[in-house]
Amino acid sequence: MLEPGFLVVQCLNGLTQAMFLFLIASGLTLIFGVLGVLNFAHGSLYMLGAYLSYTISSLFVGAPGAFWVALLLGSVGVALAGGLMEALFLRPVYRREELDQLLVTYALVLIISDAVKFIWGPDNRSISRPAVLAGSVDIGGRDFPTYNLLVLALGPLVALGLWLLLTHTQFGRLIRAAANDREMVGVVGVDVSRLFTGVFVLGAWLGGLGGGLAAPVGAIYPGMDVEVIAESFIVVVVGGMGSLSGTLLGALIIGQLNAFGILFFPRFALVFVYVLMVVVLVTRPWGLLGKPLAR
Amino acid sequence: MRDRRVLALAGFAVLLAVPLVLPQFYLLLATEIVIMGLFALAFNLLLGYAGMVSFGHAAFYGLGAYATGLLLKKTGAPFAAAFLAAPVMAAVAALLFGLLCIRLTRIYFSMLTLAFSQIVWAIAHKWYSLTGGDNGLVGIPVPESLSTPRAFYLFATACVLLATWVLWRLVNAPFGRTLLAIRENGERAEFVGIHVKRVQLAAFVISGGLSGLAGGLFALFSRGAFPDYAFWTKSAEVLLMTLLGGPYVFLGPALGAAILIVLNSVVTSFTEYWPVVLGVILLLLIYVFPGGVTRLFRRSSAPSAVAAESP
Repeated sequence: MLEPGFLVVQCLNGLTQAMFLFLIASGLTLIFGVLGVLNFAHGSLYMLGAYLSYTISSLFVGAPGAFWVALLLGSVGVALAGGLMEALFLRPVYRREELDQLLVTYALVLIISDAVKFIWGPDNRSISRPAVLAGSVDIGGRDFPTYNLLVLALGPLVALGLWLLLTHTQFGRLIRAAANDREMVGVVGVDVSRLFTGVFVLGAWLGGLGGGLAAPVGAIYPGMDVEVIAESFIVVVVGGMGSLSGTLLGALIIGQLNAFGILFFPRFALVFVYVLMVVVLVTRPWGLLGKPLAR
Repeated sequence: MRDRRVLALAGFAVLLAVPLVLPQFYLLLATEIVIMGLFALAFNLLLGYAGMVSFGHAAFYGLGAYATGLLLKKTGAPFAAAFLAAPVMAAVAALLFGLLCIRLTRIYFSMLTLAFSQIVWAIAHKWYSLTGGDNGLVGIPVPESLSTPRAFYLFATACVLLATWVLWRLVNAPFGRTLLAIRENGERAEFVGIHVKRVQLAAFVISGGLSGLAGGLFALFSRGAFPDYAFWTKSAEVLLMTLLGGPYVFLGPALGAAILIVLNSVVTSFTEYWPVVLGVILLLLIYVFPGGVTRLFRRSSAPSAVAAESP
């Protein structure tokens, strides 16, 4: 059973999952790092991304590139929705206690979940993979879906893009400054509320992109929001809340833990990831690569 | 003052007796309110009094439900033992989890409680041979004497009143005052010689144990235990009830539970879109009447510091 080809494929499966987790959790960690808000509705943005991709791609059925157009437009749509969410609902509560901000995002979880049910109905939906990526490749005598290769390539690309954005642009410098000391950024004359909206839009876009990319792999269904948010929390907590490199590391660890946990303990792989979360919180509450909360 | 208190008690007793003469539907609703009311009151010992935001109280509620359910269904344990196992099991778990959780503060504390509760949920969800997995544990046998809705309502109400009385005594004893002191300023409390972590752990265990009692009662009420009882959305539900009623009035959380359950029953009779209604209520709670409905009626002793500041 444990021939090398199989192990490699299993490892690649773990990596694929890690890239999905990274895409989703990077938005969550970015928003937490800058705005200080734990966004429960991030899973809802992910779900919206999947459903929007579904609707858009069904408009262009059969047209070449429909999938890509849907992925792009869907994630941009989610980014816009995220911007609205931030401006309308979160902005009034930044000065309130953390719990209030969290409750706002939880209220949005409830509202969006029903909106999705209302618009798309309770049934599962699915998108087919783009024709070029529909098949599978042979790795050590095992089949590996070609589509997953795309995900494996896109994950690091997005990570690189984010890194460049954070280190080489004015927006990125402001984000890093705000993550360090929000008040000081405001004092030196930066429009903090615009910056916050910008970060939220970027985070929402990442969530929507994750949803759109995940859509052809699993089913699209109401309830995918609360499932994914729990997983993203694990990744973010393990890696370090607010740390992008930590999120990448967390995603890689959880991905492998899932892939091999399922192999050896099919029932309790889920338990392992939560146990890992406990161990990290107990030994290093701020996560593997995070920094202790200063405030 | 004393007269008013007697009057209030009498009024409360009448309120509890009313469901007994109403049709069965209302009796069942009242039973649910009483049980969830206890859960919210127990949860609020941490949130309102100690200022500790637990995201994982569903763990104790779920453990209580499964403890009672499993003992009744899979062993020949006597009813009293099986029922008492709910708070005991939950309190033991709260002690174990709490020892680690109280070392952390704020968001890290909340995240660790969440992680523990998700472990409980994952085990309940996947251990088919013991818990029945996602099908849940169904057909929990209940003694003959409690099998009618009326008898069970009386039983549940008696248990909840007793537990509420214990909580009331606790929060008005030096213990409760100490919790408030820690909530307001943990550092200063430490300076005046309070063993902060020990007091917080005691609150965590009591709160967890009584949440387990509520879970055990609910398992008997619904004759089943399900993984959802331990899922994080259950923790969110009790948090919501507590905030809706108001965490800074002793019975506020129970009132919140009552409002939410009645509303749910009314709304779901018209539409399946209950979550969106709940979401809107929550937004109103945040933007329009922060502090919960009890705040609308009286200016309560809200804390000066934010509730999320400690432990």
